[in-house]
Amino acid sequence: MSGNPLNILDFEKPIAELDAQIEEIKRLAAEADEDRSEEIASLEKHRDRLIEQIFSNLTEWDQTLLARHPKRPYTLDFIRLMFDDYVELHGDRLFADDKAMIGGIGVIGNKNVVFVGQQKGRDLKERQFRNFGSAKPEGYRKALRLMKLAEKFDKPVICFVDTPAADCSVGAEERGISEAIARNLMEMSRLRTPIIIVVLGEGGSGGALGIGVGDKVLMLEHAVYSVIPPEGCAAILFRDPSRKAEAAAALKLTSQHALQFGVVDEVIPEPLGGAHRNVEAAAKTLKSAILRNIDELLGFNKEELIERRYQKLRSMGQFVVEEP
Amino acid sequence: MLIVVYCSKFLATPTLQSKSEFITEGYRNMARIGWLGGGSRNARKIARQGLDSLPDGLWTKCPKCGEILFNKELEKNLRVCMKCGYHFKLGAFERIEITVDPGSFKEFATHIKTSNPLDFPDYDAKIAKGRSTSGLDESLIVGDATIGGIPVIIGVSDFGFMGGSMGSVMGEKVVLAIERAIETKRPLIMFCTSGGARMQEGILSLMQMAKTCAAVAKLNEAGLLYITVLTDPTTAGVHASYASVGDVIIAEPGALIGFAGERVAQQAGVINRPPNFQKAEFQLEHGMVDMVIPRREIRTTIIKLLEFCCGKEGV
Repeated sequence: MSGNPLNILDFEKPIAELDAQIEEIKRLAAEADEDRSEEIASLEKHRDRLIEQIFSNLTEWDQTLLARHPKRPYTLDFIRLMFDDYVELHGDRLFADDKAMIGGIGVIGNKNVVFVGQQKGRDLKERQFRNFGSAKPEGYRKALRLMKLAEKFDKPVICFVDTPAADCSVGAEERGISEAIARNLMEMSRLRTPIIIVVLGEGGSGGALGIGVGDKVLMLEHAVYSVIPPEGCAAILFRDPSRKAEAAAALKLTSQHALQFGVVDEVIPEPLGGAHRNVEAAAKTLKSAILRNIDELLGFNKEELIERRYQKLRSMGQFVVEEP
Repeated sequence: MLIVVYCSKFLATPTLQSKSEFITEGYRNMARIGWLGGGSRNARKIARQGLDSLPDGLWTKCPKCGEILFNKELEKNLRVCMKCGYHFKLGAFERIEITVDPGSFKEFATHIKTSNPLDFPDYDAKIAKGRSTSGLDESLIVGDATIGGIPVIIGVSDFGFMGGSMGSVMGEKVVLAIERAIETKRPLIMFCTSGGARMQEGILSLMQMAKTCAAVAKLNEAGLLYITVLTDPTTAGVHASYASVGDVIIAEPGALIGFAGERVAQQAGVINRPPNFQKAEFQLEHGMVDMVIPRREIRTTIIKLLEFCCGKEGV
């Protein structure tokens, strides 16, 4: 896994160096037609131990960086690997087609599903095209339109969450970004078909939640889910955005915390060193988790499904109840 | 036109209020006769001399037009600037006082208290401070009341308690209010003012957006009227949840209403903002609120809406 040093996080550097060494030995062995497999295996073992060591001590800020990793697989990467076939559908029928929010119909395992999700871009041009994964009102309305389609044809919905935040430009305000998100929260709570949420990378506040209400919420191990980005929290709380690591720790934004708080139902383990080190394996694990959850949810009738979803949402939050 | 007489214990900001108690009655009379007699010319003269020389609790300077306003007059005018119409923020109980039928408000859900689920640094101190500045337990109070004789469930938030932010307690209270509305088949009126979700409760406060909206969906299924009144400011997590899904959405003039809170918008560097960006009038222009009406007319408007949706036909 060599490559652009900009795509390697600081704490990944020792791993990247070992990767480079292993690659070099492999290359030399191939050139000289030598068998150096023992040496390679030993180095790989050493590297894996190193990864385990580094990854067992990640701070909340490190996790945030992993969730935003430039090499991290995005929604369409997962869809291409997990789905047997899919067709993208476009537009909200009201204003525009939001490139930051993709959606369509697809086949995963033997299930026909509707999918929606935020999409980030890989290079600068693509990032701009995808508006950095920040959807506008039309994106949320497009997602809702497709979910209604799923309801009509009685298909499960899978929502892939990966966004820094919803778009907050003048245009987004003019077209009611708040209303679009609030409407989705309301409609998704009553949608008469199973909804599975997968937090793939960045679960950025209301922008994430706008397609994040469902029967089951899965979250990738190194994804983060937060009410505000650590930088924003630091800016408000400490009046100093550079204290973002401190803010990240205070916000408890990791998958394990979300699980403890009951906000997610299941943490999907990632391959050693993060999903970007083995995208195929990450997709395989996620696919089996999605299929297992769809099967479970199809066992409920519609009334049960909606009531369970409501009770789940109803129970969110922690407070003290005093005896009157 | 309905004019509600103000109850003086809910006046002014708490700091001003406490200091004003030291002002003797004689001094008050002197102020009334001497200063008010001179009209606004004297007031302007005082303004030039600087506000620091003014005794606290008697006067308030309008942050919009700079006019020096005599507190008693300001209170009579429902804390709306007599010169430019600027709407000062109201505390939750002040709002209730001018909205519901006298004596009809009965608070419920008072047994739910804030905890610190994330062990967030300094959160406990902030809650304590919020309690002392606002005199409330949390940023939202909910209760039964009648308005124009019609029984309603009403919720009012208070910016003085941690910027009216929504944590687990606000979320729970909104849901309890909705459940009570469904149970008693009464309309629900929510007065909103909030900077957004409460950071200190992390992801749990984000989830309150989903929790409250899910409850509003149930309210809709029960066929009950839901009115929201957006007051200065209503932004972020509250604006993007229960505030924006009312059957009728009323806004106060000049109120900041929008998705990105002020500091978030600054950080995100939102460009080409029109002059009225994220104001009530901007939201009206873009179809996001039904009406922008002055404070004085809100109660009568609510009564009209209640009568239309819940009253007798043709009345």
